[in-house]
Amino acid sequence: MKLQRAHVLVSVDPETVMAGAKEVEERLIKEIESRGLSDEIKVLETGTLGISGKGVVLVVYPEGIYYENVKPDDVPKIVEEHLLKGRPVKELMLPELPVRAVKRETVGLTRKQVRIVLENAGVIDPENIEEYIAVGGYEALEKALTSMKPEEVIEEVKKSGLRGRGGAGFPTGLKWEFTRKAEGDIKYVICNADEGEPGTFKDRLILEGDPHKLLEGMMLCAYAIGARKGYIYIRGEYALSIKRMQKAIDDAYKYGLLGEDILGTGFSFDIEIKKGAGAYVCGEETALIESLEGKRGQPRFKPPYPVTHGLWQKPTVVNNVETLANVPSIIKNGAEWYKKFGTEKSTGTKVYTILGHVKYPGLIEVEMGTPLREIIFSYGGGIKNGKKFKAALVGGAAGVFLPDRLLDVKMDFDNLKEYKAVLGSGAILVMNEDACMVDMLFSIIRFFYHESCGKCTPCRIGTRELLELIKKVRKGEGEESDLDKMIKISESMWKSSFCPLGQSLIMPVKSAIENFREEFVKHLDKEFHCENCRR
Amino acid sequence: MAEMVKLYIDGKEVEVPKGTTILEAAQKLGIYIPTLCYHPDLRPTGACGICVVEVEGAPTPKRACCTPVTEGMKVTTNSKSLRELRKGIIELLLSDHHVDCPSCPANEKCELQSLANYLGVDMNALPKILERKPLDETSIAIVRDPNKCILCGRCIIVCNELQTVSAITYTNRGFEAHVDTFFSMGLGNSSCVNCGQCTVYCPTGALTEKSEIDMVWDAILDPDKHVVVQEAPALRATLGEEFGMEPGTVTTGKMYAVLKKLGFDVVFDTNFAADLTIMEEANEFVQRVKNGGPLPLITSCSPGWIKFMETFFPDIAKHVSTCKSPQQMFGALAKTYYAKEAGVDPSKIVSVSIMPCTAKKYEARRPEMRDSGYQDVDYVLTTRELVRMIKEAGIDYKNLPEEEADELMGMYTGAGTIFGATGGVMEAAVRTAYWMITGRNMEKVDLKVVRGIEGIKEAEVDIDGLKVKVAVAHGLGNARELLTKVRKQLEETGESEYAFIEIMACPGGCVGGGGQPKGSDFARRARRGEGLYKEDKSLRYRCSHENPAIKRVYEKFLEKPGSEIAHKLLHTYYFKRNIVSGEAIEEVTHKH
Ligand SMILES: Cc1cc2nc3c(=O)[nH]c(=O)nc-3n(C[C@H](O)[C@H](O)[C@H](O)COP(=O)(O)O)c2cc1C
Ligand code: SF4
Ligand code: SF4
Ligand code: SF4
Ligand code: SF4
Ligand code: FES
Ligand code: FES
Repeated sequence: MKLQRAHVLVSVDPETVMAGAKEVEERLIKEIESRGLSDEIKVLETGTLGISGKGVVLVVYPEGIYYENVKPDDVPKIVEEHLLKGRPVKELMLPELPVRAVKRETVGLTRKQVRIVLENAGVIDPENIEEYIAVGGYEALEKALTSMKPEEVIEEVKKSGLRGRGGAGFPTGLKWEFTRKAEGDIKYVICNADEGEPGTFKDRLILEGDPHKLLEGMMLCAYAIGARKGYIYIRGEYALSIKRMQKAIDDAYKYGLLGEDILGTGFSFDIEIKKGAGAYVCGEETALIESLEGKRGQPRFKPPYPVTHGLWQKPTVVNNVETLANVPSIIKNGAEWYKKFGTEKSTGTKVYTILGHVKYPGLIEVEMGTPLREIIFSYGGGIKNGKKFKAALVGGAAGVFLPDRLLDVKMDFDNLKEYKAVLGSGAILVMNEDACMVDMLFSIIRFFYHESCGKCTPCRIGTRELLELIKKVRKGEGEESDLDKMIKISESMWKSSFCPLGQSLIMPVKSAIENFREEFVKHLDKEFHCENCRR
Repeated sequence: MAEMVKLYIDGKEVEVPKGTTILEAAQKLGIYIPTLCYHPDLRPTGACGICVVEVEGAPTPKRACCTPVTEGMKVTTNSKSLRELRKGIIELLLSDHHVDCPSCPANEKCELQSLANYLGVDMNALPKILERKPLDETSIAIVRDPNKCILCGRCIIVCNELQTVSAITYTNRGFEAHVDTFFSMGLGNSSCVNCGQCTVYCPTGALTEKSEIDMVWDAILDPDKHVVVQEAPALRATLGEEFGMEPGTVTTGKMYAVLKKLGFDVVFDTNFAADLTIMEEANEFVQRVKNGGPLPLITSCSPGWIKFMETFFPDIAKHVSTCKSPQQMFGALAKTYYAKEAGVDPSKIVSVSIMPCTAKKYEARRPEMRDSGYQDVDYVLTTRELVRMIKEAGIDYKNLPEEEADELMGMYTGAGTIFGATGGVMEAAVRTAYWMITGRNMEKVDLKVVRGIEGIKEAEVDIDGLKVKVAVAHGLGNARELLTKVRKQLEETGESEYAFIEIMACPGGCVGGGGQPKGSDFARRARRGEGLYKEDKSLRYRCSHENPAIKRVYEKFLEKPGSEIAHKLLHTYYFKRNIVSGEAIEEVTHKH
């Protein structure tokens, strides 16, 4: 690995590409070359840096300085001033240094972000396996293969208290144990990288920023459960993720980390990427399996669960990207180390996507149990433009709307349960006083209406009924009984829908109507003029 | 012995094998749990949610039809909250449903309607979100009304898994999800073989036969027309149950009586033509055995199977008997032999057949089925349509005095009647082939090994020292399995272990036909089959060649089996078809 004096990371995602990221990158390379700095300074493409609405974003390491809204014509100045003379270009820097995934230190905050999952994202070159190895990558795999039995790997994961980050929080070690013990010689591990939740991109940051960590996590899982084959099911729109992961897989084969007889230990494992079918419900593990089998992406009935009857009816582990990315650190540093982070029953860290009216929308990784208020007001920088906080939608589209008085909830699996809420996809959508809750709920219901797979009656027709009702309320044609009807329909969807998609709509519907009832009632009045939903 | 699990349903203890569902366990206790998408013959889809029950300790209710029991489980099947929930689901379904029960073909047989009644839902008092969609009327045999579909998924499982035709599948998602054909081309432009099994399993009026009731009424009421009717074997074992009699009761005499009452001019019987088919087919078999093949000979009386063969197995067409089905043999004779004997102008004859089958509607309209110089069979009604006509006419079927069929083409033997059950054609053909080869009747005509509801049956028949291996498959999935094996044998060695194969498109044979009453499950099909075997046993003649009416038709008109005129009127040829559209591509066998 060549030693470089500095790295410039260019964030490449659909948003920044629109803003001209490619042009900026080309210009950077040209300018660096023309000054003979190519050997010293490396320009890297990285996935999203977790910042949105700021045009093309760059970050220069080792200082960790961010530039926003960079135009190609700004490049000579950055190269000349910063890279050559070491003087950051103040007017292009982000005004306040946000605390986010890729920034290694925190500034002026009471609590530090803890990096386990995202430790390397934005730091190393994700397309270079050697850089991953140089920061200690694949040590956990080597440790497991050479000094641990599969059962011991499972035991360590169990002891660590790691729970699934895909939404439900099922204990990962237990899932692996069930699969290992399930009858049959052929087993599979599937990484769920479908990330269909609108606005969420935490898994993508791992896929694009540290693909080898995910591969290592999958290899550990495969070794533990006795799988020979793994699949990564990646959302189809994530073109860069797919490219990066493929490169990482190819490199891993070259380095003898995948394929036959890995590291001479007799363990063999292959990984293949599958592109997602593009439906939200395909993120549900059994629908994902159906889709992998080439069928229509519709959930299967559980039980039997994938741990005994998964892909091609063989025992299968389905784990979220973030879940798997936790595993290498657990194996490398031990369960005891891992348990130091987070709370007793929800150990470790959690990556959140903070969206909406906060100063610093983006990604953060913090310990489990961090209060929601802190996440929004410290890490997210509070509400931007001096507006007041109104509500946070926690857990994604199937999450709950929490008003200010409930913000002290500590974010972990069990605490949230008491608030009838879930961590879900880890998305936190923050709304300021200008948000209309009727409008918000309308867009959530519309989302579910579009994403229902149509298989079961309660969800297929229930979402449609809800849509009709919320439209009516929105137009000022509703009655108070319509609000109760909405709760009733979503309750019966909770009780009788086939899969968690239809079952979970109750959370946003009930929390919105109950916590913001006054606002809904106001909308029932034909004369009422809501500034926010432009009615 | 399977591992047993003990659980409690509504406080009652029950022990069942591991893997049993809550629904099955409840049935064992005689406890009723309402279901809608579930059907005992099919893999459960869990689509509707009607069968939800409460399980102690579970946060939400569970679907009884697909949830396996666990040790010590405590289940409640009925409560105020469950009732509300079930009612809510029915209300959701009805809000997206074109409710017009009185004029719906499924009326009184509709599972949605009966559940709505059971749960006390006022079917018309609900706000509608239904967006009317056009009907699929492209098919000659089947009509699909998406406005009555509840997306239970049964038809898809039936078509894809039971019949392995795969003409229909789910399309689109969410509220837009629906059952559709490839590229929405419609059933008439698809690989659908018209077997109608989907219409039997469809719990509502969303899939039905294309009705010809109106045309038949018009013909009956037209004084200028001479309406001749034939009824398939399975009818006599089915009609009774639709009028409150035990399933499997054979009501031949009432069947004739009701047809006369409805106003048909002449009432004959397809069973006569079944005997004729046996004469021709047994002769064909004997000729093939004598002349070195091609064997196996495969039966041809099931038009759903014929289109399936033309679509998926055209390479074995030369193995399929050239005999028309009994319906079409009858049709060709009605406008020739009967017209001549009775002195009726064939152009005035309207030939109606009543069949347990939807594929027969398609068969009657195949362009080649005009050997009498007219369309041989004009209208085909299903069992369901006849039942509706009887109800429309307000006839008390159960108490109707019995009558006889008209003679010329109404007399039949036990061999003709068992045509309606799986294995029956084989058994009937063996009886006559034996006689043709040896010149005498079998000592024991019963061939019990090929009876019954098992999917593929095999037997070795001893015809006076000549050992013949035969096989019987019913349901197209089974047919596909058997023929794939035969095809492989033929490809590898040029011959097959079987000499004679019977195939029927419908599970159970015609007693389980696609035009039979909705909801017919395997158990009921089997009982109807038993009814036919009982009738066979009770009849004076049990072999087709003994039928005096058959002897007469050969004497007076057809000369002998396989004669030139028999070939002209009673035999046919086949096409190769496009797998996607079902269109005929080319002839693969020819008429001699
Ligand atoms: C509608 C729906 C969508 C889901 N989408 C995702 C997803 O995009 N990514 C994911 O990891 N899990 C998703 N899940 C959760 C998965 O079903 C499954 O629980 C998870 O992949 C298990 O991994 P874990 O144990 O690591 O959390 C979804 C669940 C539902 C019901
Ligand atoms: S709840 Fe039913 S319709 Fe909705 S996504 Fe799940 S299976 Fe499909
Ligand atoms: S399908 Fe059933 S509920 Fe619908 S109109 Fe027909 S009989 Fe009535
Ligand atoms: S009639 Fe038979 S082939 Fe046609 S759609 Fe129905 S089940 Fe499929
Ligand atoms: S057409 Fe009938 S069987 Fe098919 S899904 Fe609709 S209701 Fe069910
Ligand atoms: S009957 Fe069980 S879900 Fe429909
Ligand atoms: S072929 Fe359709 S019922 Fe016999």
